[in-house]
Amino acid sequence: MRHETIEKSINLMMVLIVLAISIGGFVELIPLMLSSDATEPDEGIAPYSALRLAGRDVYVREGCYNCHSQMIRPFRSETERYGPYTTAGETVYDRPFQFGSKRTGPDLARVGGRYSDDWQRLHLIDPRALVPESNMPGYPWLAQNMVDPDLITIKLRTLKMLGDPYTDEQIAAASSEVEGKTEMDAVIAYLQELGTNRSARR
Amino acid sequence: MAAFWAWFVAVGTIAFVIWCVWLISWASKQGPQNKQDEDLVGHKWDGDLEEWNNPAPKWWLYLYFITIAWAVGYMIVYPGIGAFDGVAGWSQQGQYEAEMQAAEARYEPIYARFAEMDFETLAKDPDANKLGKSLFAGYCTTCHGSDARGAAGYPNLTDNDWLWGKTEAAITTTIQQGRNSIMPNLSAALGGDAGIDNMVSYVQSLSGAVAADEAAMSAQPMFVALCSACHMADGSGNQLLGGPNLTDDVWLYGSSTDAIRTTIVQGRNGVMPAHGQLLGDKRTKILAAYVYSMSNAE
Repeated sequence: MRHETIEKSINLMMVLIVLAISIGGFVELIPLMLSSDATEPDEGIAPYSALRLAGRDVYVREGCYNCHSQMIRPFRSETERYGPYTTAGETVYDRPFQFGSKRTGPDLARVGGRYSDDWQRLHLIDPRALVPESNMPGYPWLAQNMVDPDLITIKLRTLKMLGDPYTDEQIAAASSEVEGKTEMDAVIAYLQELGTNRSARR
Repeated sequence: MAAFWAWFVAVGTIAFVIWCVWLISWASKQGPQNKQDEDLVGHKWDGDLEEWNNPAPKWWLYLYFITIAWAVGYMIVYPGIGAFDGVAGWSQQGQYEAEMQAAEARYEPIYARFAEMDFETLAKDPDANKLGKSLFAGYCTTCHGSDARGAAGYPNLTDNDWLWGKTEAAITTTIQQGRNSIMPNLSAALGGDAGIDNMVSYVQSLSGAVAADEAAMSAQPMFVALCSACHMADGSGNQLLGGPNLTDDVWLYGSSTDAIRTTIVQGRNGVMPAHGQLLGDKRTKILAAYVYSMSNAE
């Protein structure tokens, strides 16, 4: 077969390119998506409560992952600063996971409980009020925006459909849990839980 | 399930390597057979310049074989083929544990020396303070500031004024277990604006910031009734409860009339998060001594 045959047939070329780049995916991605090693939650890991889920969506919407990772690598320099390294079983309810790839700010995988709620609130409104050398932008509008109670019920139902073990009671109570809460409340609830639901933190 | 996927990965990986070898060998055998017209690629430049349908040069193909040989060697030494751990026995967790053990062997003697020293001596030890300073930079500066002078609501640690006490035990508890200082909202109890204004004046008069005039003194009985539980009747504070001393010139939330008024009307909730799990005992001791030393250098 002459290479001309492939080069001059766009359809054959396309099929072969897709096949070539899929092989890596077949071998590396599919087993991780389906193998119990990577899909079983660690002990103590539960799906996000309604308010925290709303906070997580704010986190994703505001692009926090552009500057903050949630992935502590197994190096001493990281575990000394942030706590135990991240495991696959911790992130099974993250859709998608927030590993991130860049740390302009610190890793947040275990930030829960490291600062007070008031600190988080002030810091999100104006980071430089607390950390003068910070280059993080402020997010003052979070304190004004309200969480949508109808939307959160739909989100929980969708996640349940995807396999997250939400109970019917949790879904029924979801809208009242976020009723009257601001996006600021939600994102703080999310941050304050990060990394705290493992049995041992060090 | 996990075993199935391990085999899936192993078979997929090996099959792919074999396929690569076959593909490159096959490609290296292709080429112009008879050097007749059908072996030309069909392009013509400058009227007479044509090209044989030649394979890629041999040295180029050998590079492919070298990378394949490298991959095979790598997968024998390191984990890569399904559940096979590799003959070197390397693992990410193993590497991490080795790193932690090496660090422990290196730093443990240093910590052991400091663990035996008494608190006052430790606070004066320059090596301990150097270590304490770096711990402070890692864990404390986000609230207390890189100069340890704090911010509104976050205590200054350099002024020798202690909300919860300056003993080793008190500082250790603060660092390891955290603190929660609650100033309740007293607006209702003070009964209206006049009562609040008088109380603000009285609090300011305690440190001599304003004169204790008649209006201010009229709030004194209320101060004794409402505030003395934490701030003591004379306003000197109580370190057992973290009740700030109101008679000095140290103000956690500000000394202005507005700031004091906000404190009284809205209350305050100061939280020092617990750091015991993050630091452990030995490092907490060094950090506590460093914090102590900032106010007691001489």
